[in-house]
Amino acid sequence: MDDELDASGWRCALPGAAPRTVQMGHGSGGRMMSELISTLFQRHFSNPFLDALDDGATLPAPAGRLVYSTDSYVVDPLFFPGGNIGDLAVNGTINDLCMCGATPLYLSAGFIIEEGFPLDELEQIVHSMAEAARGANTLIVSGDTKVVDKGKADRLFINTSGIGVLSIQHAMGSHHLRRGDAILLSGPIGDHGMAVLSQRQDLGFSSTLRSDTAALHEMSAALLRACGEAVHALRDPTRGGLAAVLNEFARASHVAIELQEAAIPVRPQVAAACDVLGLDPLYIANEGKMVVVVAAERAQAALDVLRGDPLGAAAERIGEVCAGNPGQVSMHTPLGGWRIIDQPYSDPLPRIC
Amino acid sequence: MKELARFRDPAVAQRVLREIHETLSKPRVIMEICGGQTHALLRHGIDQLLPAGLELVHGPGCPVCVTPVEIIDQAIALAARPQVVFTTFGDMMRVPGSGKDLLTVKSEGGDVRIVYSPLDAVAIARSNRDRKVVFLAIGFETTAPNTALAVAQAHRERLDNFSLLVSHMLVPPAMRALLQSPLNRVQAFLAAGHVCAVTGWQPYERIAEEFGVPIVVTGFETVDLLRGILGAVRQLETGEARVENAYERIVKKEGNPAALQQIHRVFEVCDRSWRGIGVLPESGWRLRPEWAAFDADKLFPAPGFAGPAVTECISGLILQGAKKPPQCPAFAVRCTPQTPLGATMVSGEGACAAYYRYRKSSGDGHGR
Repeated sequence: MDDELDASGWRCALPGAAPRTVQMGHGSGGRMMSELISTLFQRHFSNPFLDALDDGATLPAPAGRLVYSTDSYVVDPLFFPGGNIGDLAVNGTINDLCMCGATPLYLSAGFIIEEGFPLDELEQIVHSMAEAARGANTLIVSGDTKVVDKGKADRLFINTSGIGVLSIQHAMGSHHLRRGDAILLSGPIGDHGMAVLSQRQDLGFSSTLRSDTAALHEMSAALLRACGEAVHALRDPTRGGLAAVLNEFARASHVAIELQEAAIPVRPQVAAACDVLGLDPLYIANEGKMVVVVAAERAQAALDVLRGDPLGAAAERIGEVCAGNPGQVSMHTPLGGWRIIDQPYSDPLPRIC
Repeated sequence: MKELARFRDPAVAQRVLREIHETLSKPRVIMEICGGQTHALLRHGIDQLLPAGLELVHGPGCPVCVTPVEIIDQAIALAARPQVVFTTFGDMMRVPGSGKDLLTVKSEGGDVRIVYSPLDAVAIARSNRDRKVVFLAIGFETTAPNTALAVAQAHRERLDNFSLLVSHMLVPPAMRALLQSPLNRVQAFLAAGHVCAVTGWQPYERIAEEFGVPIVVTGFETVDLLRGILGAVRQLETGEARVENAYERIVKKEGNPAALQQIHRVFEVCDRSWRGIGVLPESGWRLRPEWAAFDADKLFPAPGFAGPAVTECISGLILQGAKKPPQCPAFAVRCTPQTPLGATMVSGEGACAAYYRYRKSSGDGHGR
């Protein structure tokens, strides 16, 4: 790699001369990198699998079927009210596993760092990742660090992947919606996207919004324990928001979905910010919410489970799977009108996660 | 928010709606001028709840839609210049010029940035003194005060790297042109509340009188829209034709004198080409000669313009209320938000975008 041949980034790694920013040498495979791993990543993430420091983590095989997921995070800015790219990256992959019905076990973390990135910020981010992983009883067992020249990446990108063990026996997911199913939503939408947007300097737009970034493992596990096979699909409405998830569900299962606008929770600050910017909360990213499709007869039980979890306290039943044009998502307005909720056709807010 | 909730209260809206049903005695055609109102009407499903005899047609009040192709082409040429940072409202990114759009220029390496206010563009100019920052100043009387403020700010800070490509439009000349058109079916107008908040409603009094059309200054929430419609229906039923204000909480008769003063300090009235409609006399604003140092049109040579490509797009008829989007053979077939033939399909205030988004699914068939 050219990066490794660039001697300009090398710095003396003697104590007292330690750089305060990430240098090319930190990704070199040499001594600087070893130090970064031991003083930062290992210190925060430490566990027997990671501490072996082999090329890969050797893990005990759990009984049952595995779920494996990966996601990359390029959010801008890296720090936003309610979180940072670190907890976002851990929670995001944990949630992807949970939405498949898995109990998350192990994660990997890959860092692409722009030369000159402040080490104290990296430490804050790594600390948040460790906290988030601990909170969800998962271990970060494998990692990678690459440093690229100044200007070749925007500060920091993180990839996480995760392995979980399936906790359900039944088939569940976007293809399994049935007519009559209820659609539940675990809380108000649009918090994450609008919180990140509010921090973009070039938007000159500030507010009191906070990201909802959170791991949903406890709520999803409780729901699946309580309602089992009655749960037909789970999904965290991240990029593209609630509208994207429901459109994907409707298309995959060849069913229609009808929502009640009045039932969909949106915080007043989010609604107001969306009004000003001409955005629709239905299309804005969330990082700690869950859409549940559940057989109608278990809908109330499922709602009770969601509301029993602090992350689902404001859960609502927002619509139904019904007869109608297959693939179509529509919404009844509080006034008694009706409109289509189309699939988003481009990202209204790039680099939100 | 609590204040606003009153204007979204479904119970109040239902009451006004009932009154509209009780008042209307025969078929009527009302135009809402503003594309923001078109979107709100469709989003809340108000069009579905009105009496069958009451037709709403959608007006030209979508700034992105009426920005002429030659300006888009000029914007695209500017954005492709290596020393330029081109700043624009997000809606303009996908508007087709005669060749490509700004999004394509960005993907080809042009420095195109979305801003929410021209003052953000001034800030970019301030922190990038070695680059030429150009802001695409489009919009009606609503956005012009902000543009004027931005120029004044850049002037105060002696930012010689900030300029504007101006295509500001005026609403009253467009209403006049509509009423004079042989295609006209409009019997009453809902005037755009935010435009009137700046200009006041005096400019509309002559139009109401001259053409015998009721004009109701109307807001954007459900109750606002329904009160505007009710006002227009009542006037039509009693044979009146005057300007009425149904957006009292925002609009004053004299408008916003400070904003108007700012506008007149920076801009002068000019003839302006409207996309799909043609040149309308005295229908736009351009920078006054004393602000020429901020005029991108004068600072950068404009590319030759061959005239708009011939397409099957009928957005000119749609912007004049003569046709509705579903009546276009290309609608949702050859013209979609991904493959727009006209600006009305990609603008957040475009009528075609509203129908596509709220009434016609991009998936497996038409709405109900």
